[in-house]
Amino acid sequence: MSHITPDELNSAAEGFLKELQARTEPLKPKDRMQIPGQDMPSQDPDVRRGNTSEVALGYTPAQAMLEAQRCLRCKRQPCIKGCPVAIDIRDFVEAIADGDNAKAISVIKQSSLLPAICGRVCPQEVQCQAECTLGKGLRDPEKSVSIGRLERYVADWEREAGQIGTPEVKASTGKKVAVIGSGPAGLVVAADVRREGHDVTVFEAFHKFGGVMLYGIPEFRLPKAIVGLEIETLQKMGVQMVPNFVVGRTRKLQDLLAKDGFDAVFVGTGAGLPKFMGIDGENLVGVFSANEYLTRANLMRAYEKGKAATPIVSSRRVAVLGGGNVAMDAARTALRLGAEEVHLIYRRTEKEMPARVEEVGHAKEEGVQFHILQNVKQIIGDEHGCVKQAELLRYELGEPDDSGRRRPVVIEGSEFLMDLDTVIVAIGNSSNPLIKQTTPEIEATSWGTLVADESGKTSMDRVYAGGDIVLGAATVILAMGQGRQAAASINTLLASES
Amino acid sequence: METRACEHTILYKEQLSEEVFLMRVTAPLIAEERLPGQFIILQVDDNYGERVPLTIADADVEEGSITLIYQTVGATTHKLAALNVGDAIVALVGPLGRPTHLEKVGKVVCVGGGIGVAPMHPIVQGLKEVGNEITVIIGARSQELVILEDRMRELADELIVCTDDGSYGRKALVTEPLKELCESDPKPDLVVAIGPPIMMKFCAETTRPYGVPTVVSLNTIMVDGTGMCGGCRVTVGGETKFVCVDGPEFDGHAVEFDEMMKRLQAYRAQEAKAHDSWHHEEHTCNLVKAAAEKA
Repeated sequence: MSHITPDELNSAAEGFLKELQARTEPLKPKDRMQIPGQDMPSQDPDVRRGNTSEVALGYTPAQAMLEAQRCLRCKRQPCIKGCPVAIDIRDFVEAIADGDNAKAISVIKQSSLLPAICGRVCPQEVQCQAECTLGKGLRDPEKSVSIGRLERYVADWEREAGQIGTPEVKASTGKKVAVIGSGPAGLVVAADVRREGHDVTVFEAFHKFGGVMLYGIPEFRLPKAIVGLEIETLQKMGVQMVPNFVVGRTRKLQDLLAKDGFDAVFVGTGAGLPKFMGIDGENLVGVFSANEYLTRANLMRAYEKGKAATPIVSSRRVAVLGGGNVAMDAARTALRLGAEEVHLIYRRTEKEMPARVEEVGHAKEEGVQFHILQNVKQIIGDEHGCVKQAELLRYELGEPDDSGRRRPVVIEGSEFLMDLDTVIVAIGNSSNPLIKQTTPEIEATSWGTLVADESGKTSMDRVYAGGDIVLGAATVILAMGQGRQAAASINTLLASES
Repeated sequence: METRACEHTILYKEQLSEEVFLMRVTAPLIAEERLPGQFIILQVDDNYGERVPLTIADADVEEGSITLIYQTVGATTHKLAALNVGDAIVALVGPLGRPTHLEKVGKVVCVGGGIGVAPMHPIVQGLKEVGNEITVIIGARSQELVILEDRMRELADELIVCTDDGSYGRKALVTEPLKELCESDPKPDLVVAIGPPIMMKFCAETTRPYGVPTVVSLNTIMVDGTGMCGGCRVTVGGETKFVCVDGPEFDGHAVEFDEMMKRLQAYRAQEAKAHDSWHHEEHTCNLVKAAAEKA
């Protein structure tokens, strides 16, 4: 697939937009259906695999207006039901079509606090865009209105125009709320609770704020400056941010309530315990969890060679095991760190991959080699205990399993060897065990996730939880959705006591 | 709880030997919560610096401080040693890891090798407090590298000091007196060994034939220290464990030391390079300083 430059995309859009604007009669749904869907301008794959700058460059104004004109403005608005935070999608898209970006962003902000982030990392294709009437009409969900790209467009417009205001904070209530973890769930809770006038302190175990948005999602997909700006906004609102603080260890969760005067606690500690395959050779030098590899690269900035003190292996031949977004992030990071070959190994087919279609596409464009229906049986080391090879097995698809996906079945005798020096395991995360280990009162499932009801309430009085610590490994937007719910519950609880 | 509680200023600094430093650092919350066996992670630069795990050698709740004893081995520990009283450590988090299981078992032998005597200190304190009879074996390459001898003499019922070169105490490896103690009657009920991996491995091999339970405290490569990265994983009894959240203490007879030692070498080349470039910078600085003084 040849790369279309941003300029080419923009001039095509400008031409089409001019034609539309020359029309005198209003657009009919049939006309809207004929407007070409706008591709996301991106860095040339050959260039970007050598840098860490953002890959997707964002719509130009002409592209955004044209894409927004594709919305059929249907009465049913099924897209809203597909959105975990129920943004008034039709209204904001219509505002973009009218050229009223300020209105568009204010519509989004009624429901979502972090549109610049969600517009980049939400899996819209399985949420709002999966429901889109246009996509259904064109019998191709990929031809739905690109809601996510439009969301990003207006969020970036607001930021670049220096228009981001600090949300209003009500008069102080004197109530105190602790938020554990500064990932997407925690940030949303902090903002929503602070707006009601409560004092909020966010505790983060790492030395920087942002959780998975900082240590996990790479710069080329979500620039750290965007996350940093959201943190700054919270600080301007008066939220206290405390780094290097592990609740459970530095201070027990119970003590926050009993000794430190917090009236409620939100636990948003995420899914931070990497899973391994349990195969031979997994502890060889050169085998990493995706968490470790990405944390070294992102949070510890190993990609800035010569500056960062945290080392990262210099790999030539890398295998990434897994088919999710984290696997794509790890594979693409390995390329950027100079690997000659990156092999992505997944035991089902591309159709079953949990990664976003767009991320799979980007990885392929950059040269990641996909090996589907294969899995690693064992990793083989050299005399120094370093990775030398992996033994792989081929699979075929059998009967559907509990998840409805066809179960991969080993083809007997299909073993073969692949020369490697690095293996990155990206098969998911379990819940972080620290809160559970140090807070015996709190109820957890056998998988280690915390039990919380629909309102976010846990088994402990005044303690709420949300995000991956409740969901298991999920997405940024689902974490934000749970954060909103928990924040509303906390606000209700505190209001009833004032 | 005030946020000031999260600032970490160096209150006291002492050079114990050519390569070993002691620092007392403000950390009131950690001082209050820490238990024997736990560690902290620190950074001397929170933008580009690495995260280094160090054990807590002691704490003073009243002063609100913890004591760190460390050997200058890499770039970060050298930079740490270059800080002085009044300077702040920009990032310090803890206490991490599961605390030592403290129980009265009877006769306990605590083996501390080199800098391993520092993390052993609070464990000896704790085991003593619950009523155990304690023999401490300190091992070092030479007299110069023996640390905390006086403190251990105060705490232990018996103290044995060994040096590799015989410059002080017995000329022996720590496994020699350890073997003798295992052969004595009654034999120890528990051995705790902390030191270089090779020492812990041979301590475990020494006690194995006598069936003496042996606890070791592992100091593997870590990034976050909270279970998130898995870089610290070791095989214990055939299972993968994370040193940061499952440890740092494990059954020495079940740890696969050879694998762990290979994993500890993973970044050796890069670490050496970082150390060299740090050295180079320091050297240049001194030259510049000298030139400035002359001028």
